[in-house]
Amino acid sequence: MTTVHTPAEEHAMDPTRRNFLHTLAATGLAAGFWPRALRAASRATVVVVGGGFAGATAAKYLRVWAPEIEVVLIEPNREWISCPLSNRVLAGSLSLRDLKRDYGRLAERHGVKLVHATVTQVDPARREVRTDQGERIAYDRLIVAPGVDFVYDDIAGLQTEPARERVPHAWKAGPQTLLLRKRIADLPPGGVVAIHIPKAPFRCPPGPYERASMIASYLTTRNPKGKVLVFDANPDIQSKKALFSHVWGTRYPGMVEYVPNADLKAVDATRGVMKFDLQGEVRADCLNVIPPQRAGGIAYQAGLVAANERWCRVGFLTYESVAARGIHVIGDSVAAAPGMPKSGHMANQQAKVCAGAVAALISGTPVNDDPIIANTCYSFVGAREVIHVASVHRYDRAQKTMLPVKGAGGVSSEVSTEEALFAVAWGFNLMNDVFS
Amino acid sequence: MTRNSGSTAWVLAALVAWGPALAQSDQHKVRQWAASCAACHGTEGRSEGGMPPIAGRKADELYTLMLAFKSGERPATVMHQHAKGYSDGELRQISEYFSRVKP
Ligand code: HEC
Repeated sequence: MTTVHTPAEEHAMDPTRRNFLHTLAATGLAAGFWPRALRAASRATVVVVGGGFAGATAAKYLRVWAPEIEVVLIEPNREWISCPLSNRVLAGSLSLRDLKRDYGRLAERHGVKLVHATVTQVDPARREVRTDQGERIAYDRLIVAPGVDFVYDDIAGLQTEPARERVPHAWKAGPQTLLLRKRIADLPPGGVVAIHIPKAPFRCPPGPYERASMIASYLTTRNPKGKVLVFDANPDIQSKKALFSHVWGTRYPGMVEYVPNADLKAVDATRGVMKFDLQGEVRADCLNVIPPQRAGGIAYQAGLVAANERWCRVGFLTYESVAARGIHVIGDSVAAAPGMPKSGHMANQQAKVCAGAVAALISGTPVNDDPIIANTCYSFVGAREVIHVASVHRYDRAQKTMLPVKGAGGVSSEVSTEEALFAVAWGFNLMNDVFS
Repeated sequence: MTRNSGSTAWVLAALVAWGPALAQSDQHKVRQWAASCAACHGTEGRSEGGMPPIAGRKADELYTLMLAFKSGERPATVMHQHAKGYSDGELRQISEYFSRVKP
């Protein structure tokens, strides 16, 4: 039978890769973890860095769609916690436990190899990554999905860990969510919560406004004289503007106050003061500063972020970096196409396009040149009331990017309890699509 | 045998492989389109509650529903906004894809 050699097979015979395997064998590292790689050196290996919505989805779908590919997922955490729905934890209507998933099923059901470590270095020349555990792991293709890093540089007073505990971001779900939740529960009667929203783009565009609504919903029953001040560095509400304004005006009148163009310069964590360019000093009982964001650190180390930029530019058929061949970037770290939000749903969608493309590139078959992806963000605005924003995105050949389909997508026609059921179902089906 | 051997056998093999390869790339396209529904309806359309399951249902039924969402004839909270992002032909192929999935 005639076989056509694929790029993957060429990679497998690449001398650097063989050297790597020898090194592994020599150091004994291969003994526990890599016997299969040693036995079948012709199998292509895809390494995925980061196990969030993007990375974990890519790992799973690669194994489902191309079981002949070896997939190694490198992620420091043993369990994962969903950011979507976590604003409900602040209001006490959901437990953080409900939002936890572990990585076990990706290994058991899908044969993803899990490495719990942090990647400290990507070496594109040798096509390998190094971890803080001293491992060196070779790849044929690399998928980088590190999410966002927070940038506190321009906010004086938030440079230390204790300050960041007093002024939680709660923008990565986990202990920070519980810190903020406690601060809200401990609010004195008539106390004030102040939220700061960074300049776009940031992770989860409707999230801060949902948060303001959920805190207001909690205060309405527990602390009815309490207040929520929303200081937005942007000139306007970034998502579902009419719906959020409507909710605040009708359900929480006098409780939620929205201040646009509020550029945060400094924070006094001990006194509970925020200092703004235009608005001066504001004191509150509970501060929540959502910091400015950029691509996760490893993307910088790997040279995937251009000078003076914050995100990784990619081609939208494969999510391959424009800066490095053989390295793909998905999720929040991507320099988004027009109208493409940084969301868990979107990360999940990008991951599948990327997984399909990586499988095609490795097997030498054509890459899907007509990807269609969709996004929906459901936001709770009351204990049982929800609104959504939806969009469908397709590849535009002339502009070589993804564009929202005109006439498709949109927002909820009204605030509804019906959508609360769908919102919870969305959250859980999405988590299952990533982890089970 | 290597890619640059230039033998007739290779060319023939490539020609024979071409047809199925095209069909396969179409399948991969539809598979990706269908996967765009999974975030809400569950992997392969096997919803674990809350959202209607769409795996293993008759292609005609799914297609009729999708067209009704697209035209606005069938009331919906969100499906009309998604259905409008796909051509009728794409919806037909997606419906057929889900009809072949075991529920
Ligand atoms: C944002 C989540 C979401 C996405 C994405 C989504 N759906 Fe739906 N789907 C729903 C909801 C919610 C309903 C119930 C109708 C409504 O309120 O919109 C529904 C209903 C349906 C129904 C009707 C089922 C019945 O028995 O009444 C079909 C068929 C369907 N969807 C197919 C699809 C297909 C195919 C896709 C992908 C192209 C898709 N959906 C993408 C949320 C979603």
